Amino acid sequence: MGPAKPQKRGVGPWHLLLVVPFVGVLWVPFYDAVEPRLGGVPYFYWYQFLWVGIGAGLTAIVYFATRETDP
Amino acid sequence: MNEVDRVALAVFVALFALVTVLGFIAARWRRADLDQLHEWGLGGRRFGTLVTWFLLGGDLYTAYTFVAVPALVYGAGALGFFAMPYTIITYPFVFVVMPRLWSVSHKHGYITAADFVRGRFDSGLLALAVALTGILATMPYIALQLVGIQVVLGAMGIRGDFPLIIAFVILAAYTYQSGLRAPALIAVVKDAIIYVTVLAAVVIIPLKLGGYRAIFDAVPAKKLILAPQQFTAYSTLALGSALALFLYPHSVTGVLSSSGRAVIKRNTAMLPAYSLLLGFIALLGTMAVAAKVGSSPAYAEGFGRYGANFAVPALFLDSFPSWFVGFSFAAIAVGALVPAAIMSIAAASLFTRNIYRELFRPACSGKEEATVAKVASLVVKFGALAFIVALKKEYAIALQLLGGVWILQTFPSIVLGLYTRWLHRWGLLAGWAVGMATGTWMAWTLSFKAPVYAVHLGGASVPGYAALWALIANLTVAVALSVALNALGVSRGNDATHRQDYGE
Repeated sequence: MGPAKPQKRGVGPWHLLLVVPFVGVLWVPFYDAVEPRLGGVPYFYWYQFLWVGIGAGLTAIVYFATRETDP
Repeated sequence: MNEVDRVALAVFVALFALVTVLGFIAARWRRADLDQLHEWGLGGRRFGTLVTWFLLGGDLYTAYTFVAVPALVYGAGALGFFAMPYTIITYPFVFVVMPRLWSVSHKHGYITAADFVRGRFDSGLLALAVALTGILATMPYIALQLVGIQVVLGAMGIRGDFPLIIAFVILAAYTYQSGLRAPALIAVVKDAIIYVTVLAAVVIIPLKLGGYRAIFDAVPAKKLILAPQQFTAYSTLALGSALALFLYPHSVTGVLSSSGRAVIKRNTAMLPAYSLLLGFIALLGTMAVAAKVGSSPAYAEGFGRYGANFAVPALFLDSFPSWFVGFSFAAIAVGALVPAAIMSIAAASLFTRNIYRELFRPACSGKEEATVAKVASLVVKFGALAFIVALKKEYAIALQLLGGVWILQTFPSIVLGLYTRWLHRWGLLAGWAVGMATGTWMAWTLSFKAPVYAVHLGGASVPGYAALWALIANLTVAVALSVALNALGVSRGNDATHRQDYGE
């Protein structure tokens, strides 16, 4: 690997994806409803479960897109 | 309730014994000189992706979480579910911020967040404020882990404080000996039994209760989802808690013990697995409502003694055979040991580095430092134990609630400090003091029972998390004073860190 060249890393456009979960779950009117249910579970609950997966997926995308060379 | 369930107790004790053996064996794992603080307190900064995942998972999702979150959902309904958005947004935030803290700490040998603040702002006083806040916020948190153990012991029909004291003496002994390696190794077992318990619960209990539709139909309509006047409370609780989570000393310890930046980043994509688990655990509160455990005479004594915190143990007793009750209760008890160990290590590191060495022994050797930290970890744990045994647990709950408000007041110094030195050290200190006072005052007006304070903004009343309101006051003061102090040319001290130390 040799001595690392000084390179600009930090925060780039990919990191904007990380803002999406904040919008998705902090704006309560998006999901404060009983219907539609999923397998009997009200929308309020399964919507937030869904965002756990979306949040993890977006984080993984940003990780691979901005992958660093350090350990 | 009145008889000891022997089968459950046998399974429980067997699992507890296994964990104890692991705790002592951990001293030999990746053997190194445990007389150095970074080896004892940070596991030598060598934990890879998987160990860090278990460690942080075991650290952040505590036994008290597993008891209190469903208890809140059981009592308050949908509002208690804020733990879900909270854990969803904390990881994207950690992904961006915490690798910077890791890099600068690795470069300069920082073991605590207060070490970083000391180096960055050249202010022993500001570092002391950050360290004291961390210790104050952690102590009641450790005490509450004990409440988790107490509730499950009580649910198995065991009375008195003696078993609790034995459990904590064992914990203290192997933490003293093995340091952070003990909870890291135990976390693997803890997680395995917790995952099995929760997966069994969310499959078996709904089968007994007639499916998820029936479970949710049992919840009163006004508790099933939020009322519009609860929206701001829900989202500010989630946001404030998410920003505060990684300021806690035990989270910082977990982050700094990892072997690299990429380990932290990978974990932010992997830790949401625990968030799913937490969501299911929260739903146990809903299931407890549907199972009507609250009106069953068999559990009246437990609810009388432990309040809503008894909802999940009662649900397990109601739904599982004895041997699995023992297994699931062990999950909660072992789940208390991991965070209690890490929290006491983190608090001990803060005391050693930022109080003992800073104020009394600037020239102390590495061995002395490690010895002081080990003794401090004992003091911290027995302090928590004495607190729970001697005082009412309501005090611990109130203090833990305050701890969340307090710890967020270190946000400007730690998180903003990772990006800029524009904020003046005296401005940060004054902002911290104002934030602490504001937050404590708000909690006081709520009798230390609720975290949501209504602020009046131009005729409208906006309920929100007191920690976040206090942070706004904190930042306002910090910014205003920084403008003034920078304009007056008051010395900002020397920055011990350099731009390239932050790894990006």
